Amino acid sequence: MNKIWLIIQREYLSRVRKKSFIIMTILGPILMAAIMIVPAILASIGDETKTVGIVDESGFFIDAFENSTNIKFEAMHLDIDVAKRDYEKLGYNMVLYIPKPAYTYPSKIFIYSKKEPGMNVEQYIQRSINNDLRTMRLKDAGVSEELISAMKNSIDISSIKLTDQGGEEKRAGSLYFIIGLVLSISIYFFIFLYGTQVMRGVIEEKSNRIVEVIISSLKPFQLMMGKIVGIAMVGLTQFILWVILTSAIMTGAKLAFSNELQQIEKYQMQKTGQVIDPANTVEVNRNYEKTAMVFEAIKSINFKVIIFSFLFYFLFGYLIYAALFAAIGSSVDSEADTQQFVLPITVPLLVAIATVQMIANNPDGPIAFWMSMIPLTSPISMMARIPFGVPYWQIGLSMLLLVGSFVLLTWLAGKIYRVGILMYGKKPTYKELAKWIKYKA
Amino acid sequence: MDLLVAENIHKSFSNHKALKGVSINVPEGSIFGLLGPNGAGKTTLIRIINQITAPDEGKIYLNGETLKPSHIEYIGYLPEERGLYKKMKIGEQAIYLAQLKGLSKSDAKKQLKYWFEKYEIDTWWNRKVEELSKGMQQKIQFIVTILHKPKLLIFDEPFSGFDPVNTELIKTEILNLRDEGATVIFSTHNMASVEEICDHIALINKSEKILEGKVYDIKQTYKNSTFELEYEAKELELSKFLPSNFNIISKDKLEKGYKAIIQLPGDEYTNELLSLMMQNSNIHLFKEIIPSMNEIFIRRVTEK
Repeated sequence: MNKIWLIIQREYLSRVRKKSFIIMTILGPILMAAIMIVPAILASIGDETKTVGIVDESGFFIDAFENSTNIKFEAMHLDIDVAKRDYEKLGYNMVLYIPKPAYTYPSKIFIYSKKEPGMNVEQYIQRSINNDLRTMRLKDAGVSEELISAMKNSIDISSIKLTDQGGEEKRAGSLYFIIGLVLSISIYFFIFLYGTQVMRGVIEEKSNRIVEVIISSLKPFQLMMGKIVGIAMVGLTQFILWVILTSAIMTGAKLAFSNELQQIEKYQMQKTGQVIDPANTVEVNRNYEKTAMVFEAIKSINFKVIIFSFLFYFLFGYLIYAALFAAIGSSVDSEADTQQFVLPITVPLLVAIATVQMIANNPDGPIAFWMSMIPLTSPISMMARIPFGVPYWQIGLSMLLLVGSFVLLTWLAGKIYRVGILMYGKKPTYKELAKWIKYKA
Repeated sequence: MDLLVAENIHKSFSNHKALKGVSINVPEGSIFGLLGPNGAGKTTLIRIINQITAPDEGKIYLNGETLKPSHIEYIGYLPEERGLYKKMKIGEQAIYLAQLKGLSKSDAKKQLKYWFEKYEIDTWWNRKVEELSKGMQQKIQFIVTILHKPKLLIFDEPFSGFDPVNTELIKTEILNLRDEGATVIFSTHNMASVEEICDHIALINKSEKILEGKVYDIKQTYKNSTFELEYEAKELELSKFLPSNFNIISKDKLEKGYKAIIQLPGDEYTNELLSLMMQNSNIHLFKEIIPSMNEIFIRRVTEK
């Protein structure tokens, strides 16, 4: 036991002290923070206000356009040719031209400008004018204004889960999906990143020819497990450091950019609060309701179960694959020879990741069920299901199967490892690997 | 008293029998040569003694006890495939390997200091292995093997890949360790080193032991009453006065006199040969030819 501890220590320290580890540990959170902060900063500084001059020959739409924070509308009262010529001098960014309709309402409008008006502006104008046009047509048809504004109400679906205790809980499908996706992808990456590190470590010891010196001091299985556990601890260290550093950077950024962020908040508040139109007021209420719904949905998520099962599948998913990777590393002489053996064990991982969407679409369906039971896919597939809520007996069974096959596969991997690390030269066939398992230790 | 006894060891790998009922007895305080051609099963036997693999059949006793995991600390092993972690610092690595053998960190440091000073390599402590030449790495490997003062030292082909300077150094060190009470087993097919330092040997060929014993005794067994003579005489036809059952193997003219090699029917004829030669010639040299280990090795391995 003491010797395993020595192995774990060496594996851990030799990796944690590496430059690449330190660089990755620092770079990871910076990247992560950048992904979160940069769009926010860009949003706050990116949009300058654009002034749109309106030449409305139809006379219907002068008041159709509400100013927004980045788009201002002004009537030009000029001939279109003059407007086209002088708009820049007069301080406009573009000219919106609504020609005199041949028949009641115009069917085409034009934007004139030297520079690109931008997608946002075009869409905003189109939406506004279409809204207005619809309202006008309805009015013409004799529909009352109350009815028109009432029509702008839309309906929300609330999916409610009936619990076994007779209670009710609000569901939030897309939120569950995102949580499941993030968790299963984390497991996938962890297995790949650190599983292959185990393999590389084994190959290194073999090609350095140090392995025989070491296994004359302890059992090959101890060396294998020491390596697997040591590298797992490296992974956990990196993971924890990432979480800590990312939140530190985020906090730091919040302080440094508090001004901008406040502006973003203000901007968002303005955007939602600025509106006077009764139709839009409904819109606002609905937005708040959505936020409330999300909060309720978050409350509906069983975080205890998610965190516990994440740690469990994270750990055992890694362990089961690390043992397989160790066995592969032991049976070849160089990394170039690993392809043939690595492919079959990555297939279950790839299949599991590819079916995450499918599982989210039908989290209690047969595919979801079986994928989350089969031990080589369950760490990923079960994590995609768990946020939706999985019966405890299924979680228990899946965990039991995972632990059981972990014991079995590690035992088999240990047998291959024990023979493989002392074999140099020819790359073994699967048949030979099977024979190695039968050798007496 | 035998420090190590292997009894009837069998080991097979899929369709190949690596050892067929091999037994050896390694006396305490001896330097024991495990000889045999490549692929004879030497390394397999050594790995079994080191508990790296287990025999299919047979028993090993160390110091009278059945071999068990805690015996690892009594054994120092330098495998044929030997190496070090390239990226690790030398001092750190040596301490790590010593700790795996059960030494405490402070003991390991103390011992290492002694050896590093002895070989004048203390400046290497903080350097990485990859910065060292192969010969330097070999020194480290050797030090690490003997650091925990094992009772039994096992070297698998210690002289392969070592430069002559290190080979000499290791030979001297092996003899020193023996004098301090260690027992040494080493496998080799370098017969010159066997003659020089081994007192016992076992010869393994095709998975079976075909010879074992004291080097002196084995040589005595394999000598065949052949003698070398140098003498001076005028045109002497040996066959004219030597009995016909004395086999004259060769006769060559030297710058001064002749050299002849004669095989007798038995050792009891030695005096007769001498007196006959004395009557007929002037003897300069008379000596019994004792076969070298190399000759014995080749004879035993190639014979049916």
